[in-house]
Amino acid sequence: MLAKIVHSKNMNANIRKAEYAVRGELAIRSEELKNQLAKGEKLPFSRVVGCNIGNPQALDQKPITFFRQVASLVEYPELLKDENAEVASKLYPSDAIARAKLLLKNIGSVGAYSHSQGIPHIRENVAKFISERDGYPADPSKIFLTQGASAGVQLTLQMIVENNKVGIMIPIPQYPLYTATLAVLDANPVPYYLDESKGWGLTTRELQRSYDEAAKLGVETRALVIINPGNPTGQCLTIENMREIVEFCHKNRIILLADEVYQTNIYQPKDRPFHSFKKVLKSMGPKYEGFEMISYHSISKGMIGECGRRGGYFECEGLDESILEQIYKISSISLCPNVQGQIMVDLMVNPPKKGDPSYEQYKKEYDDIYYSLIKRASILEDTFNSLEGCTCNSADGAMYLFPQIRLPKKAIEAAKAAGKEPDQFYCMAMLESTGVCMVAGSGFGQVEGTAHFRSTFLPQPELFDEFCSGIKNFHADFMNKYRD
Amino acid sequence: MVNESSSKILTSTNMNPRVRKAEYAVRGELAIKSEKLKADLAHGVSLPFKRIVPCNIGNPQILDQKPITFFRQVTSLVEYPDLLKDENAEITSKLYPSDAIARAKLLTKNVGSVGAYSHSQGIPHIRENVAKFIAERDGYPADPSMIYLTQGASAGVQLTLQMIVEHSNVGIMIPIPQYPLYTATLAILDAKPVPYYLDESKGWGLTVEELQRSYDEAAKNGVETRALVIINPGNPTGQCLTEENMREIIEFSKKNRVVLLADEVYQTNIYQPDQRPFHSFKEVLKSMGPSYEGFELISFHSISKGMVGECGRRGGYFELEGMDKSIIEQIYKVSSIGLCPNVQGQIMVDLMVNPPKKGEPSYAQYQKEYDDIYQSLIKRAKKLENTFNSLEGCTCNPADGAMYLFPQIRLSKNAIAAAKEAGKTPDEFYSMAMLEATGVCVVAGSGFGQVDGTAHFRSTFLPQPELFDDFCGLIKKFHEDFMNKYRD
Repeated sequence: MLAKIVHSKNMNANIRKAEYAVRGELAIRSEELKNQLAKGEKLPFSRVVGCNIGNPQALDQKPITFFRQVASLVEYPELLKDENAEVASKLYPSDAIARAKLLLKNIGSVGAYSHSQGIPHIRENVAKFISERDGYPADPSKIFLTQGASAGVQLTLQMIVENNKVGIMIPIPQYPLYTATLAVLDANPVPYYLDESKGWGLTTRELQRSYDEAAKLGVETRALVIINPGNPTGQCLTIENMREIVEFCHKNRIILLADEVYQTNIYQPKDRPFHSFKKVLKSMGPKYEGFEMISYHSISKGMIGECGRRGGYFECEGLDESILEQIYKISSISLCPNVQGQIMVDLMVNPPKKGDPSYEQYKKEYDDIYYSLIKRASILEDTFNSLEGCTCNSADGAMYLFPQIRLPKKAIEAAKAAGKEPDQFYCMAMLESTGVCMVAGSGFGQVEGTAHFRSTFLPQPELFDEFCSGIKNFHADFMNKYRD
Repeated sequence: MVNESSSKILTSTNMNPRVRKAEYAVRGELAIKSEKLKADLAHGVSLPFKRIVPCNIGNPQILDQKPITFFRQVTSLVEYPDLLKDENAEITSKLYPSDAIARAKLLTKNVGSVGAYSHSQGIPHIRENVAKFIAERDGYPADPSMIYLTQGASAGVQLTLQMIVEHSNVGIMIPIPQYPLYTATLAILDAKPVPYYLDESKGWGLTVEELQRSYDEAAKNGVETRALVIINPGNPTGQCLTEENMREIIEFSKKNRVVLLADEVYQTNIYQPDQRPFHSFKEVLKSMGPSYEGFELISFHSISKGMVGECGRRGGYFELEGMDKSIIEQIYKVSSIGLCPNVQGQIMVDLMVNPPKKGEPSYAQYQKEYDDIYQSLIKRAKKLENTFNSLEGCTCNPADGAMYLFPQIRLSKNAIAAAKEAGKTPDEFYSMAMLEATGVCVVAGSGFGQVDGTAHFRSTFLPQPELFDDFCGLIKKFHEDFMNKYRD
């Protein structure tokens, strides 16, 4: 047997360092258990429930019908031919057919590489959407369609990280795409803490503390990541807070990276409506002309949940012309984002309007999912708050709850003996006894000495009560087992 | 860094310098200019030509190549599962053949929704079909757990190179000329390209002597060469390797302890199937017996090329052979950060490796569509090769495979001087002149690498058959005018 040429000791060390808990050890184990169940093995549960990832359609959330009708039509343009019009009209509404025709006119084939920045027609629609949402104009040439927001985040961070002195501010807790990407880039995460006691609130004092501490260590902080609504924390920022953040960036000369993929998952629309950072920035007037900001959106979240399609975009604001050229160049190396993903972006930003044949159905599907999310979020929040030693902030937005668990000393010792963080130990025990797969809080970052886990509230409504009681029973057993 | 409040925070001087260094000519200056001219035409500006002909990129469906009907029927059905419901069976059967419906049902059963994130390595059912395809193609077994579905072969190349490049002294051997995804990726990774030259006078042949020379020279400069990229069939050069050659390459890799990276995306674009059939490196490796047990090889394939041409869908896979277990875990981890490749791309991989079979309702149509495209490619390749060879000072090797021709042009001193004055390489200058006079967009040879002092350009032979003679005529006329204009 030939000796290995490439192995863990001589591979790219930055990659070796990177971690991504959302599909880490717990998720891998849950796949194994799923396979065991499929083979007919007997386990303490009859199904694995994937609560580790915001993947609604894997838990039977239905896609938006109009969107899938359009996607189906553009796949097979024969359906749009006159000779098939009669039969097609029995399966597809007229507005879906019209939209498919319009898209194909502007795209050609879904099988052809498109413009590397994304199809111009779709970028124009994205720009329209942004300007209608915000009341300020948007420029299609500043918009880049991407394969999910993740791809856009990775591209732009790679652009910004000049060397290993560069720092990027990230929230604690954060979505671990950020820490993983910074590890791969060998950049410095500059963490700022969200305040759990204040609904995961964010203060500029904390931002400044974090920035100053990094500066003392010789770190050159170039950008600030804000996830709004938050992931895993679900909080929504107030306009006041957002203005402070913009001012902080302006003062410290930092680029603002606004991850806004959950902008339609807003559960307190009166108290905490969504405001885009673009809008808040523009409302702050000419003093902020040239302010540098990138805003990200995705088709994976909201009520759409088209995760597997890999679509999204980022909008550049105030960036240097040479940087835009470089962003274009990097996009061109991978040729283009997949065209069906681009089409779903078009549908997301330009859904059926009042008066369109599909409008009623669209609105109903959208609202049903929306109210169901609010309901399930509340039920799960109550469940967590009813657990011994467990507290959970409510979700203003997004798809997750991030409860804090306070484990007995015996449990913490057992975790240590098993070589795990307390919350990893707890989550693994939950998975093995209930089939429910969470992500341990240590995967997101947290105040030292605390323990959390992140759960989606996406399990099917009809299974939700069973899901909640499974967690209650597990938790009671666990606390009893390790009671001091 | 200047700290004036009105100046930019992020500029080309303080951005990631490796990103700044990277170049990708396929969608570089010429392509950008062609987009601008296209927009001008759309706005009614008068130009010496009526349309832009994009020959810079292997993108068949933009030049009206029809997709494979069966494939699009299946993808259309999985998008909108209502079509598969019993209550719609009668109507659906008027639009879709029964085998497309059956395949869509099978895929939906194994995939769930095309809108859900899948397994990060790719849907298990599809990886099993890829393994079956590989085993049938090669006569040696393949393991689904060693297969990773990706968003095009490009994504797989970038992921695996990133894994291998430990530090800035790591070298990766690349052919000259090569597809510039490789040089661009190595620039971003700050790795050392270790170039080996293909021999234009020998049909772009590859010798082990040249591989060894390249390796040894790099070693003298302190470069630790870890991998060898082979593109077979070649891009931009279109040559296919003989089995003998492939065995030598494997022996070379074993002797010098380099991982073999086999870019095989053009494996079905084979135009001399009797003299130069395709052999996968996996097959040749396995045929070389047990002394190669543990040999490290990664093979890449894609849905973008072949007769399938589904570029815009971004699908493909790589197969690992002999890789260390810890590396495989790391590859899984990195794949998981991007969550999963898009599901429709994965489905197209399934269709590519598992098309209609004899006896199935869609087989005859599939076979005809496939063969029509294949014969048309052969025909157009020949026409364009002859056109290039008829041009003054121009020679062109035939295409054994792939989708491109890479003719050599010999320009006059005047032309070379004019290029220098314009701040361009001679072939960039020539290609830009071609674009502005004819609307035809090719890629200058300098974008792929070439022997110093030579000039080339890469053109696809994909323009529509019905416009092909016009296209060839445009090139002939332009070349004549150019040579006359700059005659010494």
